[in-house]
Amino acid sequence: MSGKPKLHYFNGRGRMESIRWLLAAAGVEFEECFLETKDDLTKLQKDGSLMFQQVPMVEIDGIKMVQSRAIGNYIAAKYNLYGKDLKERALIDMYVEAIIDLNELLMMNTFQPEDKKQQHFANLVDKATNRYFPVYEKVLKDHGQDFLVGNQLSRADVQLLETLLMAEECKPDILAKFPLLQSFKARISNIPTIKKFLQPGSQRKPPLQEKDVARVMKIFH
Amino acid sequence: MAGKPKLHYSNGRGKMESIRWLLATAGVEFEEQFIEKKEDLEKLRNDGYLLFQQVPMVEIDGMKMVQARAIGSYIAAKYNLYGKDLKERAWIDMYVEGTTDLMGMIMLLPFQPADTKEKNLALIIERATTRYFPVYEKALKDHGQDYLVGNKLSWADIHLLEAILMAEECKPDILSAFPLLQAFKGRTSNIPTIKKFLQPGSQRKPPIDEKGVAMVKKIYDI
Repeated sequence: MSGKPKLHYFNGRGRMESIRWLLAAAGVEFEECFLETKDDLTKLQKDGSLMFQQVPMVEIDGIKMVQSRAIGNYIAAKYNLYGKDLKERALIDMYVEAIIDLNELLMMNTFQPEDKKQQHFANLVDKATNRYFPVYEKVLKDHGQDFLVGNQLSRADVQLLETLLMAEECKPDILAKFPLLQSFKARISNIPTIKKFLQPGSQRKPPLQEKDVARVMKIFH
Repeated sequence: MAGKPKLHYSNGRGKMESIRWLLATAGVEFEEQFIEKKEDLEKLRNDGYLLFQQVPMVEIDGMKMVQARAIGSYIAAKYNLYGKDLKERAWIDMYVEGTTDLMGMIMLLPFQPADTKEKNLALIIERATTRYFPVYEKALKDHGQDYLVGNKLSWADIHLLEAILMAEECKPDILSAFPLLQAFKGRTSNIPTIKKFLQPGSQRKPPIDEKGVAMVKKIYDI
């Protein structure tokens, strides 16, 4: 049934945040239904609302969509954030998949046990600054355009901005060696829908605090 | 540049196998260059062939594509295995992500510590039979058609067949409670290009053995 998309997840970033970013960038208003206890998750599972018993789940256009990549693909295509043809789509997919890999490292940072924290953080910074960021810096340098693919805003730009900001939360000067990513960050942040999403009071979620980790683990385990 | 796609990976299933399945089903001939030692991977990296320093990498249509899902999506779309519209694509994506998760669990098994193997295998079987297979069984039951989406062969069907066969390698009777999946398996295996891929001598790879595990660990520094 038509109406705003409805997001089902816990009240935090996790695997739903990229979807919030995409919808916000596309100017699509959405509602959220937060899971606060394990019972909330169990209820959704028992309702048959979750194809594989997992969240994220987004009710959109009459479908209860699951699997964050599938949801992201659908929203990107629907709102013209997926390039103009198969080859642009291929580039966007490659860039987004790598961003997802880096996001995983960033997300997992908060969940590391004490004895693994330092090593994980070091690996994260190494991968971000040696494997991932140089690629995007080079892409922007090579074509000299404002956006990563096809000279128009795509999902790749939105997800890259999300990740750049998350990486800076881990290490504020992490973009020191990447001037083009710095100007990319400023430029994309100024796009009206994105600028709005970055302001206090939006549906963007804050980073997970250490004190909330136990509570979140309880919902899912 | 036109020419056969060229796959760069180690000589085993891993994250490349689903791509081999897709190409084979689409009737597309492909070449393979196998990474046999760490130096082979280093060379690819030093030559600037790997966008994020990782394989799988597939040379196709003038691109050096990386990231297994990106490659799979491109091939599926190019060869009409991705549904006819956005909504069919959404269903195919959801189904493929599910079988990706299941196969991901199975692929990790040989790399896990020996003392956790039994527990992990039990979890795989539980997930396969209570989380994943029921979804596909129900999808087939609800519409009564031969294929998962849109009454036409798609990536979702190919991926499901691959997952079923892999799960049966873990437990031969794993489909016993799923009559429609059994019929699906029989039917889909008989599609000429797939039937050919399932025969000995094809580019389909066998399950990894101990030697393969050691080699993979060495090449990829795991």
